[in-house]
Amino acid sequence: VVDVITFLIAGAIVIGGALGVIGFSNPVHAALSLIASFFGVAVVFIIQEAHFLALVQVVVYAGAIVVLFLFVIMLLGVDTVSDLRTEPLVGQRPLGLLFGAALLALTLGGLFLSGPGGEEGAVALTGQRSVVQPIDDRSQIEQLGEDLFSRNILAFQATALLLTIATVGAVVLVRNKGGEDLVVDEPGLAAE
Amino acid sequence: VELTETWYLVLSALLFSTGATGLLIRRNPLVMLMCVELMLNAVNITFVTFSNSLSDLSGQTAVFFVLVVAAAEVVIGLSIVVAVLRRNPSADADDIAVLRG
Repeated sequence: VVDVITFLIAGAIVIGGALGVIGFSNPVHAALSLIASFFGVAVVFIIQEAHFLALVQVVVYAGAIVVLFLFVIMLLGVDTVSDLRTEPLVGQRPLGLLFGAALLALTLGGLFLSGPGGEEGAVALTGQRSVVQPIDDRSQIEQLGEDLFSRNILAFQATALLLTIATVGAVVLVRNKGGEDLVVDEPGLAAE
Repeated sequence: VELTETWYLVLSALLFSTGATGLLIRRNPLVMLMCVELMLNAVNITFVTFSNSLSDLSGQTAVFFVLVVAAAEVVIGLSIVVAVLRRNPSADADDIAVLRG
């Protein structure tokens, strides 16, 4: 019963935060409710005993990524409230909501019409039950590390390359080539 | 009441649909990137759920790589947004249609 209550609270935080992200007109508020949503996801990971992923979720997502978002928002001074009432593209919002509802109906339909849950449900969804790397009695962090550094070592090395490319790409993209001053938190200056 | 994986999958479906809806109805490029993060998180919940219910560790390994790719994607996406917004601070999704300066 305790895990059900924990799940319901965490789920409410996740969905509430997500609705806040798309509902708040101020990007800073959207980023803050994104943090709430990420913390809820971390709690869901802890309920499922994925402790390492919960930790990484808080450090990488709620820490690094949201701080990056807030940094960009405040560096560029775009933390102005955007007017959500006007609709520049007529019909975009009703159509978007319709598409979202259709997507939800499709996923829930696939979930509930595909047969019973549990092991049989997994068989019904994927056609067969396949376990690539079975979990044994040791701690999951130990097993995850072993899996990363043995079976997935090539992919792990590739992520290092990917992060290097991303870092270099970010520097190249935001470099100030013309020597003009960076407009910092003064939206009015750029227009002059 | 027992907590089965159906609960987690329903939560994941709700989160994914919310993110997709936000991506479609918001026009601020920063908020659109945040919505992409929400969708990635929904997929992560699904990975961990099936990892847990099938006792298979490779789901958690997949989440690890999704995290790395998400971090790289945010860095590059935000750099593009910075480059665009530096020219026009009130740019929205329409103005990014033409990436060439």
